Formats: sequence, structure tokens, C-alpha cells
Amino acid sequence: MRPPRRPRPGSARGRACRLAAALALAAALGGCSGRTDGATEPAAGAEGYQPARGDTFVEALTGNISGLIPNVLSDSASFEVGGLLYNGLVTRDKNLNLIGDIAESWTFSRDCLELTLQLKKNVRWHDGRPFTADDAVFTYETMIDPRTPTAYREDFKAVASAVAQDPYTLRVRYKEPYAKALQTWETWMLPRHVLEPYARAGKLRDAPQNRASPVGTGPYLFREWRPGEKVVLVANPDYFQGRPYLSRIVYRIIPSQATIFLELKAKGVDMAGLTALQYSRQTDYPAFRKAYNKYRYPGNAYTYLGFNLKDPRFRDVRVRRALAHAIDKRQLIEFVIGGLGREATGPYKPGTWAYTADVRTYPYDLARARALLAEAGWKPDSEGILVKDGRPFQFELMTNQGNDERKRVAEIVQASLKELGVQVDIRVIEWASLLKEYIKKRRFDAIILGWGIGLDPDQFNIWHSSKTAPDELNFISYANPEVDRLLEDGRRSCVQADRTKYYRRLQEVLAEDQPLIFLYFRDALPVVSSRVKGITPAPAGIRHNFTEWFVPRHLQRYTAG
Amino acid sequence: MLGYALRRLLIAIPLLVGITFVSFLVIHLAPGEPAEIQTGDLSIQSDKQMRERLREEYGLDKPLPVQYWNWVKRLSRLDFGKSFSPDARPVLQKIGERLPVTLLLNVVEMLLIIALSVPIGVLSATRQYSTFDKVTTVFVFVGFATPDFWFALLLIMLFGVQLDWLPISGLRQINWEYFSFWRQQWDFLSHLILPITVATFGGLAGFSRYMRQSMLEVIRQDYVQTARAKGLAERVVIGKHALRNALLPIVTILGLSLPGLIGGSIIVESIFAIPGMGQLMVQAVFERDYPVIMGNLVVVSTLTLVANLVADVTYSLVDPRIRVAGRRSRR
Repeated sequence: MRPPRRPRPGSARGRACRLAAALALAAALGGCSGRTDGATEPAAGAEGYQPARGDTFVEALTGNISGLIPNVLSDSASFEVGGLLYNGLVTRDKNLNLIGDIAESWTFSRDCLELTLQLKKNVRWHDGRPFTADDAVFTYETMIDPRTPTAYREDFKAVASAVAQDPYTLRVRYKEPYAKALQTWETWMLPRHVLEPYARAGKLRDAPQNRASPVGTGPYLFREWRPGEKVVLVANPDYFQGRPYLSRIVYRIIPSQATIFLELKAKGVDMAGLTALQYSRQTDYPAFRKAYNKYRYPGNAYTYLGFNLKDPRFRDVRVRRALAHAIDKRQLIEFVIGGLGREATGPYKPGTWAYTADVRTYPYDLARARALLAEAGWKPDSEGILVKDGRPFQFELMTNQGNDERKRVAEIVQASLKELGVQVDIRVIEWASLLKEYIKKRRFDAIILGWGIGLDPDQFNIWHSSKTAPDELNFISYANPEVDRLLEDGRRSCVQADRTKYYRRLQEVLAEDQPLIFLYFRDALPVVSSRVKGITPAPAGIRHNFTEWFVPRHLQRYTAG
Repeated sequence: MLGYALRRLLIAIPLLVGITFVSFLVIHLAPGEPAEIQTGDLSIQSDKQMRERLREEYGLDKPLPVQYWNWVKRLSRLDFGKSFSPDARPVLQKIGERLPVTLLLNVVEMLLIIALSVPIGVLSATRQYSTFDKVTTVFVFVGFATPDFWFALLLIMLFGVQLDWLPISGLRQINWEYFSFWRQQWDFLSHLILPITVATFGGLAGFSRYMRQSMLEVIRQDYVQTARAKGLAERVVIGKHALRNALLPIVTILGLSLPGLIGGSIIVESIFAIPGMGQLMVQAVFERDYPVIMGNLVVVSTLTLVANLVADVTYSLVDPRIRVAGRRSRR
């Protein structure tokens, strides 16, 4: 349920995880209001049905999970499974606000430097031992330990100390005010009494708990993992927030999207993500509408056209603005994903607290584009090709292999810019070599890629001018002192009203500068079997209340178990 | 004979070293490193410290020849190492849990292919240009030209979705544990029907054409004429005198397809969601899981070499001409 809270581009490898990612992202990052589609039941599905325990819920994952301790893993399938086995101290509600999970309440000191969390007293590990503040301290120590192979250390680096004041009080001190202080504690909590020897030795991945016997506090207990085949979880009768209704969760690993879709048709799986084509064309018949509820809400990743700002042609903001004017975003969304997405104006998702629509936009306008380019010195020659200093405007547009959507975006950009007299050559390159040979070495003109966005608006690592080393994320080499300042301030404040101000200004500047052309946010398109009730679409998507989903007794399909 | 086999075995050793060295080199030179992939190569938390730590743990910080030497040293103790995937399980265990199902699928497929293609080939050859020959020719070429994934999806749509006779994917029903013993067996079998059909259909063409060709050559031989002249029944002429000789080249081809038995078909396994060797290998390549890739390669290339040897030896056993010729040339 808790995806990695950091921007990450989709990737070719990601194909295997795309579905899981879509679902996981949908869970935590709905954004705008989710809604059911077509003639399905109203959002409050529980109406008129008596909640009942039982039944098996079958979900399809396109990738094998890689382990059972998500803190040391990095694939979205493992996060999804881990989300039902573990809890954080805090979590997100349906409107994406932070609420207590294991924590009952918390207080910040006046200077924002000290955070005190009161923990619930009835939380137990799956082996029956009580959860105490000491386990939270252990989780912190493990995450910060250089021997722990985790990719989620960064947030914990701001912590100066974490101590268990008593078994149910955790006191955390920060080195400086840190905007993500509370969010850090969304991390899955790990049991000290089970994992300490492995963590000390830096061998968490080798621990039996990572392979066959995870011990968490979550709503589901681990039952079975057949590598490449399935993962089975069963309801935790002693869950501190009450036993979940669905008795058994089976994650089936089905690598082929086409097969998942056919399994859906045959009612072999209960939940899966659809492609735009499947959503709009292939599922629009009565039997399918009767068997499944379709949901649609903006996903948390946007696709963009990025420029190498070290290239003198793209360093000129007039050129970037001209190109933005030359791309018809609405038509692009229509062509590429059948209209199931929304235009992006900046790096934040519409509907989230940091987002503002009040920024400079670039409506489709070829005349404006031509004028801007002429201002920048690009004039058409006799054949209509733009030329400056005797050289034609021609660049290479790269994207990664295995993502047809991006390839189609590239093709539309190519066709659009041809109208202007700009020649674009498309190159599709395998993900790893694109990254190593072109992006890290800055050997690209322009790229079509995507950024996943986190729950927190902090995007320091993407836009700050200090983050331009080969391995860092500002690979377009963007530098703007005002942006730097806004990012630093936004990160240091713990007052949301101030942060809102900084991030709105950030969006204005980015929209003016167009360091990249923000194209669109695509919608997440999950379907869930209509026998499952209690699903309430919200800004956070649909998975936020998974433990409250149920199947009324007379509709239950799997009685055994 | 024994000496010959032994010599072949000795030659196989440097060959194996060569194969593994080149493979080792190639996969390590391919862009993307497991440590990078795991730290989320373009993610905001991309953590240099962690990357260095992983590289050290995996031994990727050492020069390539050293890495290869360490790998060979471990292998000589039959230690295939631990997977680089975050579950860090032993390579042999990973291969071990995937091998049985792939082996089962492929052995059944192989047997079916032989059982079908030998009679098809013989009949097409003895009735060359007959309607049967023409129909089977078209049929096997359609099978040859049909993409596996497309045919698989068609079958699933018909038998899995429309008619609802057979399960679509996986190996077992969701609530398999709760079935009676016999229902469990049937359930497992019914999951295998479609994948085996697809795999067999695709492989039929090659084999039956070989068989037909080989038979055509043999029935034009003088000794077949002689057999006929002796007044033997056509069934005996074809079944005994011709078929035996026509099967010789098939033995070689069979031997060569042995390693394929454990390779696993990536397409069939992906479409039918079968957790076999093909899927393991694909995932290992995506994750740059070098120990699993190398482990797989060692097993497959060893089997190829052994299969070659076995094919040659059996060939000389069934065909005395080869043995004699071999001896003569050695002297």
C-alpha cells in the first residue's frame, strides 16, 4: 500500500512491475477525486450490504516479488505485499493526510526540532510479542546503518537521535527543521527481537524473515510464497485495528498483460490495472460491466519532453517556449492514451495541496511558436527548414525501449515539430544503456521520460542546481537561483502554509522557464470484482481502506479457507 | 569406443571454460549493474553509499579477470553462489525449484512431437504428393509460421474464456489446497494442456519435415528396392528396412534438442504464467543477476556438450558405418 515515496521514472524493466506500480500508486496517490465509471454501483459500495468475513481475493502482479522485508527491497510488487504485512508509525488517510497508524498521536516542539510520538498499546507482532517504542528505535538504527542495503536511508539522515522514552513513547530529535520529519515514520516497522542479529551483520536480506517467515504487525499474516507463481496471505485475527474482512489474499504472478486481461474476462482474478485501450474499448460490454467495477483517477507520474540545457539551442528560453507552443497536448493525450489522462502544467498533480493551476500555459499556437523561434534567430529557408548561422534545426529525441506509450509520444512530437521546420530523429534505446551511456554522460539532445512524484512536494533532487553530478537526477542541468532558494526553504519549513507558498512560486517559475515540457499525467485504471463491496474512491485512490473491503456472504466465491 | 568418448570429454573441458569466460565477459560488459539497478538507478534516493556497499558485497569492485577466477574457484566446489536478487537465495535452489515444471513440459512436448511427427513424416514420404502429403505440409507450415503468443492467446480465448473448459494460466487453481487428491491431479494436468499444445504445435513442423526428407532419401536406396524385390510386404519394407535407416539423422537432431529441454520457452511460460526456467532467466537478465545467469548457462552448456557427445556415440552405435570410418581415419 505504501509505494516508494520518491520520484522515479518509469523504466523498461518496470514493465514487469507496471501493473503493481499502478495499483500501489493508486493506493497512496490518488490526487483528484476518484470515481466509478459507467453504470456501476455508487461510490459507497457498502450500502445495503452486511459486511461479512470470508472469501479469497485474487490479485494479479506482473512481477515476482523479490522478498518479504520491503525495507531492503525496491520493487513495487514487494511493496504491495509488504504493505499488508507491516505497519508504519503513521500512514495516509483517503485524502492523503498523515494520520496515526501504530502511533496514537504526536507533537512537535515549538522549534520543529523535536517530535514525540505516543504509540498505541495494543499493537502486537505476528508472533504475539507486543510492539514497543524500542522496535521503532531498532527500525531507525537499521535504516541508518550503512550495512543495511536499503534505498530509503535519506529521510532518516535528518534525524539526530531517536530514543524510546518509555515503551510507548518515541522521542526523535532532528538536526534542523525538516519538512518530511513526520512522513519519515511511514516506514515499515521491523521487530528487534527477531531481526537484530541479521541487521547487525548487515544480512537482513539473508534473514529467513525475508524469504519465508516475515514478522510484521499488519492486517495480514504470511502463509505461502511460491516463487514466480503466487503469494498467499491470510487475515490476522488479532490485528490491532480489527480483523480485516477478506480472509485470504492471493497474489498471482502473471507476467503477460494480455493473459491478465483474459483472466479478468474469465473471472480468474479480482483486481487488475487496465491499459487505456482495454479500459475504453475492450471492457465496454454488459457482462464485463456487471462483473467488475471500473475506477479511474489520475496516477502519480507525468510524462515529459526534457531538454539537455547544456545545448546552446535549448539554453534559449524562447526556443523552449516555442516548442511548448508547437505541441498540442490535448491531441497528444487523445492519441497516446485515448484521452485517459490530463494535461500537466508543472511537476505536481492537480488536486494535491501544493498544486496550482495559476501558471503560464502554452496553448497550441504555431504562429506564436514561429515568432518566438524567429526572435531567437531561427529562420525558415527556402524549403521551410529552420536555419540559424547556416545550420538547420535538427535534434535527436531519445526514449527507452519497451514503453510503446513513450514511443508514440516521441512520434507525435516529431510530427508536430516538423510543421515548424524542425527535424527530429527518434532513437529508442534499452533502459540500462540509455541511462549509462547517454543520460549520465549527458550525451543527449532531448528525451521523452517520466517522473513519478512522491507524496511530499519536495523535489530538491530533481531541480536543484547542486544535483547535477553524473549520478544525480538533475541531468537536464537546470539551474535557477530562485528555484534553488525555494527548494531549500520548502524543505526546511514545517509549516504547511509556508511550504504551499514556496511550492506554488516554484511552479510559476518552472512554467515560465519550461526546463522541460510537462506533457501529461496518465490515469490509473483499476478494475475490481463487483462482488467486493466497501470500496470508497477518494483522492488517495481505492486501496486506502483495503481492510474494510468485504464480500457479502451470499456473493462469496471461494468458501474453502 | 571408450577412448573416443574419453577424448571427447577432455576436449569438452576447455570448451566449457571458453564458453563461460566469453559469457561472463559479455554479461558484465552489458550496461546496467545489479548494484545500480537495486538502488533505483534514477530514483531520488539513489544512494551512492549503498551502491558501493553492494558492489563490494557482490565482489563487483574487483577487476573482471579476478571476478571470473573467483567464480571458477567457487564453481569447482560446485558452489554456484548466491543470487544477486534481494532474496539472496542460493542459485542452485532457485534453479532447482524452477526446473521440474520446465522439464515436465518439455519432455511431454518432445515425446508428443516425436510421436506425431514420425508417422506424419513417414506417411508424407511414402505418399509423396498425395492429398495427405499436401494437407500435412500446409498444416505443419502453418504451425511453423504461427507466432506462439498469438496461437496461445487464441486457444486461451476459445477454451479458457468462451467455452470455459480449461484454466487460462498458472499451474494450480487458487483453492487447490482444498481439493481432493484426484481433483488436484486433474487440476494440475488441465493447466498443462494448453501450454503443451502450443509448444508441440510449434515444434511439429521441423521434425516432421526432417522425417519426411530422410525417409524420401532412404526409399530411393537400392536396398529398399531389393527388399521389395524379395517380395516383402510393403509394411515390412517401410517399417523395418527403411524406417530404421531414416531415423538415423533424427537421432542427431534429438540429441541436439536435449539442452532445450531445460532451457524453457520464454513466450509460453510468460503467457501461461508458468514459473519455469524461461521466466527465471528473463528476470535474472533484467535484474543483471549474474550468478543466476551464469549458473543457468553452465547447466545448459554442459548439457549441450554432453548431448553432442551422447548423440555422436549413439550415432556410431546405431550406424556401424560411422564407427568404421572413424577408426580408419584415426589410423
